[in-house]
This record gives sequence, structure tokens and C-alpha cells, in this order.
Amino acid sequence: MAETLSRPQNPREWLALVLVWGAAGLVTAVFCWLLGDIVWHGLSHVSWTFLTAPPENAGRRGGIGPILVSTSLILGVCLSVSLPIGIGTAVLLAEFTSNHSLFGRMTRRSLDVLAGVPSIVFGLFGNAFFCKTLGLGFSILSGGLTLACMVLPILIRSTEEGFRAVPTSYRLSAAALGLSRTTTLVHLLLPAAVPGLLVGLVLGVGRAIAETAALIFTSGYVDRMPESLLDSGRALSIHIFDLSMNVSGGDANAYASALVLVIMLLAINGTVSWLAIYGLHRKIVAA
Amino acid sequence: MTSLSSNTLSRWSTDELLCWSLRGIATIAGAIVILIVVFLIVEALSALQHVGLLRFFTDPSWHPAEGLYNLTPMLWGTLFAMTGSVLIATPLGILSAVFCHYYAPLILARPYRRLIELLAGIPSVVYGFWGLVVMVPLIAEIQPPGPSLLAGILILTIMILPTIALMADASLANVPQQYLRGAAALGLPRWATIRGVVFPAAKSGLFTGVILETGRAIGETMAILMVSGNVVQTPSSVFAPIRTLTANIALEMAYALGDHRAALFVSGLVLMAMIVALVVSAGWISRERMYG
Amino acid sequence: MYQFMCFSRWKACASLASFLIVASLGIPGTGAAQTTTVEKLSGKLVITGASTLAPLIGEIGKRFESLYPKARVDVQTGGSSRGVADVLQGLADIGMVSRAMKDEEKDLHAFPVARDGVGIILHKENCVQALTDEQVVAIYTGKIANWKDVGGKDAPITVVTKAEGRSTLEVFLHYLKLKNTDVKAQVVIGDNEQGVKTVAGNRHAIGYVSIGTAEYDTSQGVPIKLLSVGGVAASTETVKNGTFPISRPLHIVTRTPPVGLTKAFIEYAQSKAVHDIIKQQYFVPLVD
Repeated sequence: MAETLSRPQNPREWLALVLVWGAAGLVTAVFCWLLGDIVWHGLSHVSWTFLTAPPENAGRRGGIGPILVSTSLILGVCLSVSLPIGIGTAVLLAEFTSNHSLFGRMTRRSLDVLAGVPSIVFGLFGNAFFCKTLGLGFSILSGGLTLACMVLPILIRSTEEGFRAVPTSYRLSAAALGLSRTTTLVHLLLPAAVPGLLVGLVLGVGRAIAETAALIFTSGYVDRMPESLLDSGRALSIHIFDLSMNVSGGDANAYASALVLVIMLLAINGTVSWLAIYGLHRKIVAA
Repeated sequence: MTSLSSNTLSRWSTDELLCWSLRGIATIAGAIVILIVVFLIVEALSALQHVGLLRFFTDPSWHPAEGLYNLTPMLWGTLFAMTGSVLIATPLGILSAVFCHYYAPLILARPYRRLIELLAGIPSVVYGFWGLVVMVPLIAEIQPPGPSLLAGILILTIMILPTIALMADASLANVPQQYLRGAAALGLPRWATIRGVVFPAAKSGLFTGVILETGRAIGETMAILMVSGNVVQTPSSVFAPIRTLTANIALEMAYALGDHRAALFVSGLVLMAMIVALVVSAGWISRERMYG
Repeated sequence: MYQFMCFSRWKACASLASFLIVASLGIPGTGAAQTTTVEKLSGKLVITGASTLAPLIGEIGKRFESLYPKARVDVQTGGSSRGVADVLQGLADIGMVSRAMKDEEKDLHAFPVARDGVGIILHKENCVQALTDEQVVAIYTGKIANWKDVGGKDAPITVVTKAEGRSTLEVFLHYLKLKNTDVKAQVVIGDNEQGVKTVAGNRHAIGYVSIGTAEYDTSQGVPIKLLSVGGVAASTETVKNGTFPISRPLHIVTRTPPVGLTKAFIEYAQSKAVHDIIKQQYFVPLVD
């Protein structure tokens, strides 16, 4: 791409060049500072025992084994509920309803509102609805479902953008060939919308894994190894919060936990992109 | 706009089935927000009955233990922090995405994108912690007390930047290649192409990104609680401490009882009203500008 | 590709179905599963409430579990008022309350497990060595706004206070005979560690936090110092022997007189066997 565009000639082009590189440099600098801080303070505490051992003395010593398991389970519940609902809704909004229909407008508006609901409100709501009304108690299931509500709008919005980006000619050609809308969707639109979905997934996972306020009231605080989805389990972000704000002398392990969380996220994001490039792309070509 | 909304193809029964199941799913997704609002109203009801809506805006101060419930300063706090951070994060985020697509050499673009993805997932506690021990003392050196509107704006900027940057990135990726080739064939320089061709083509996605980041800025709780000082007052400068509505809930919910607790749910309702106002005005703007 | 779509749809149905099944079955409420025998105690105890107490009760719970392997103690945090509310609604077996019981809560059964002092902290580099109660009152009401008026450098004072409803705030204001409306603060904080970090990051700040927290942080090299109050040095020692004037009891509460597992746990939490855990969490064991 870069080669096809000519070199900067006039002052405005130069200014843009400087601004763009400057913005990128600033963002990188701030984030390297932040990440560097975490790595610097956390690296020396991370070890295999830290990853597998249960926490001791309120988390000041010991590891984060059970907490990692709980976090993964919560994330699993969250994604297995929010992905189907999210993709389904996005398909409906982008492909099956017109922009001006009442149903589409209402759904889209309510999702936009949902995207702005503060996480603490999600927490209180999840506590009242999933824990009490549905009787799930403080459990990984309640936490996962609350998070699913939270990531849905992000997932739907970006998947919908993905669908909108698919050229109309695809749909017209498919219609001209007499393909059913289901077939068009599955074979043409869905694969083409994958990049949008992936952005949503990355943002959604990021939001879910970073969530504190919503989980304190739903999945809870218990740092024992969970035995079922109905057990309470402490998520990594709550552990970090508790260690840094509530437990004096927990800073070292808080940094180490934050580092583990960052690495976990890196792994998830890496897997998602790998899937995008090698898995789905090949399928599209094959199909 | 691009959907096939005509019924010419609906003789296929799988299509019917698909359409109805999708509607069911979408109804669930749409109903969550109604559930949340109903829940908030039920919890806030006792305060609304005992105190009355008006007093939440006319009382002299926020001292719920003594029966004073003025939310206005916190409303301003939320608005100022939101406006400031969106104003800084939007250009930075969009320029970041432009960097990734049109300026960075390939070897830089991918790690840069990975970095931003990573930042989307760092817990707000970590941002808040960093802000509290690194940024706030720096601000305190310039102008005490340190925890301030400025600190809140900066930390929010960092937190919402990944949202706008990634959304902008995705919508730039969706700009058809023909457009760029066309611009190149016309001999347009790089920035002129971006400004004249890319931005107009990607504006729906960019706009969505701005709405999402604004929502995030309004709703952020933990980090802003840690750095912004939480004094209930209308800030007189960027160095004055503020309390946002979300921080108000998070700070006091743990120890609130009775009307105080219900008043915090009123804070929640006010937040929801702000979000609804944002969404409605966004809808209005996008209809005027984009589809009109 | 067909498979991909079918799979995600199937998953949607399955997750919805499981959701509904779980919802309709209903999970038995807490406490129902408790069984008691003379020798063995088993079942699940749900304890919710004050974040201050949560790490302590969590550690006591772990040791309790090791004594009674069939018992499970689930500790949830969220605040004193949540502890009270959950116990009243029957959502929790035991609530944790980090303050003295209020009048409207008198029908609950409260069991003190430990004490906690509230101490005034300054940045280590602040040259002010002691403040009288009157000076502290003047600082917190905004009548003194510069350190030079109390013998320090010429610098504005950053007053750090706690958010409304927090028990540390109530105890502190009660001691100084102030109302919360009188307090003019520059920073309002939530948890203790936030207070410590705020004061450590601002050389002209004054704040008040749990003494145990401050003592531990001082020993770890965090640049803060504890001031004596009314001539009594602030330390867990003086809180323990009752001479330090600002302190609060930490309670666990139940709605009905405790029986079975609940009773066993409360007795254990009040026994001498947990004094080492209380000290380890930087609280003060009750003198018996």
C-alpha cells in the first residue's frame, strides 16, 4: 500500500506525517511505560509454582492456581453464551432487518445503551438477577452470564460492522444465483464478516478478563479451587484488586498476577488471530 | 441499507426458521437492558418516593447520611471527565489506526496493533493503580493535591483509546481497495487520500467507535475512583478533584443502607439517562449526516 | 461452513436450555445443606460483608476447613451493609460488619472477633511530629490549610478523608466530634491501601487509615508515618491494651442464634486458636 502513495510534497502532508507518527509514538511510549512497570515489578515473582499453587495468607504468599482456573471457566461461560447470541443478533441487524424498521432500531438502541452501562451497575444487576432471582448464588455461572451481558453490545456492534463491510455485490450475485438467504449467509457473508467478529472478540475478551466491579457481586471472592460451575470462584482481576487495595503488602503478588493476566490475554489474542488467518481463511477458500 | 429486505427469497423454509430464531436471540439481547432499567428503578423507588426527583438536583450538597442528596456536581464531574478524555482519545485513536494502515511499515504495524489489543484487556484496577502511584504524584508536583480532573481525564483517555483505535482500525480495513487505487491513480498524496477518500468511506465505523468509547468513558469506575480525588464538587480547574457518578456508586454502595442505598441507585438511573441521551443524539446525528 | 453455523446455533440453544433448566430447578438456598453430628461437621457456610474483614475470615475459614474436611466456608466481600442485608434476607449464614452495630441492627446476633485502630498518617518527609486533636479538627474543617500554621513547611495541606458510610470515617469523626458536612477534604478515598498510596504519593497529605495497615506498610519502607493521638502512640500494642482512643470492633453477625456449623465456626473464630491469623492480618485480637 505504502509504495503506491507518493512521498509527502506539501506542508500539509508533512504535518500529517509528523502527527500520525507522533500519535503512534506517544501511545506506544505511554503503554510501554505501563507494561514495563508491570513486567519490572511482576516478573521476578512469576514461576511455575506461582501459577499452580493456591494463595496463602490472603494472597500475600502462595500462587494463583485456583484463580486461573476460575478465570478461565468464567471466560468460557461468558463466551459460550455471548458468541451465539452476539453473532445471531448481528446477523439479524445487518442482514435481515432494514435500518429503519422499528424492531431493528429498538434493538440497536437498547444495545447502544447496554454498551454504556457502568460495570458496577452490571454487578448489582447480576447479583439481583442471576444470583438471587435465578437462584444461581455466587457462582462462576452467575459471573460468566453477567459478563456475557456486558460483552454482548461490543461483540454485536463490531460483528455488525463486519457484515456491513461486505460489498452488496456479494448479496446480489447470490440472489441472482437463486441461493437461499441461509446459504448466502453461511457461505458468503459469515466468512467475509469474520474480521469484524474478531475485533469484537478481542475487545470483548479484553473487557471480560479485565472486569472487576461486575464480578465481585456475582462470581465472588472464594479463592478455593472450583469444583463445579455453581461454585464461587475468584477472578484474576478481583485478586489483583484485593491485593492492591485491600491487603497490605500484596503489591508484589498483585503485579505478578497482572503480568500473568497480560500474558494470558496475549495468548488469547494470538490464538484468535491465528485462527483468523489459518483456520477460517482456508475454509473460505475451500468453500 | 445493504440488507436484502425484500421478501422475494422467503419461500425457503430454512430462511424462515433462521429469521425467527435470530429474532428470538436478538430479543434476548435487547431485553437485557430493559431488565437492568427495571431493576434500577425498583431499587431506586424508595428514594424517589421519600426524597423526590427534584431534590437530587436542588439539595445544597451530597451528604446522604444527613439527608442531602445533590447529584449535580457529580453529573458535571462525569461530563467533564468524559468530554476531556473523548476529545483527546478520538484523534489519537484514529491517528493510531491510520498509522497502522497507511504509514507504518508492515513490520511495525502488526506489533502496534497487538499492543493496542493488549491494552484493551488490562484491568481498570491496573490502570488505576499505575495512575495512583505514578501519574498522580507527578501531577501533585505541578499543582497539588494531585488526584484531580486532569488525572481522571488522562487515565480515561488511556483506557478508552484501545476501543476507538481498534474500531477505527477495523473500519479502515473495510475501505474498498478500489477507492485507494483510484486515489493513487489520480496522484493524490497520502494524507489527501486519507482525508478525502478513506475517512468519508469509513465514517460509520469511526462514529460507532466514538459512541462506544464515550459510553466506556461514562461507565468507567475503578480507575477513575482511584485517581480523581472523589470530592463532591463542581471542579473549578483541571487540577481540582472531582467525583463521577460511577465512583459515587462504587465508593459508597458497600456501606450504604436504606435511602442512601436507594439514592445510589438513583445515581445509576441518572447514568443510564445520560447513556440514553448519548445514544439518542448519536442516532439523530447519524441519521442527519450519514443516511440523510 | 454449514457445520460452523449449525454449531453456533446449537450452542445458543444448548446454553439457553441449560440456563433455563438451572433457573427452573432453582439451587437450594444457603444453609439448607448443613448437617450436624457430634463428631463431624459438614455443609457449606456462606459469609458475606465487609471487605476489611474478608481476608481475615477467609484465612480463618481455610483453617476451619482443614479441621473439618467436609465443611466449606465461602467468604464473599462487598461491604458491611451488604453483610447485614444478606443475613437479613437469608442469603448468607454469617455477615461481616467492620463497625459497631447500629440501633436498627440490634436484633441481629453480633460476635466481635477482633479490633482495629484508626491512626492518622502523614508523608514521611513531613517535618510535623505531632498534632493536637484541636489542630486535627482545624485541618479537617479547613480552618488550617497550610502546614506552616502547625509548625511545618510552607505548603498547602492535602486533606484525605474516607467516603461517606465507611466505618473508619464514622469512628474518626465520632472521636473528633465532627459531622461529615463539616469536613473539607481534597481527596476522598475508599479502601485503606488507597489512602496509604495517596499519602505516600503526596508529601503534603494527611489521612487516616487502619493502624495495622499503616504499621505493616511503614515496616515495608512505604514513606508514611503514624502520628500519636492524644499523647498515645499509634500502634497495634496500644490498641490491644485499650489506651489508644480511636478504634472499632470487627463483628460477625447472624440473624438467629447460631447452631450447628455456624455455631462451630463462630466459636472457632472467637477462640484463641485464631489469634495468630488475626495478628498475621494486622488486626488486634480481643483480650479475653
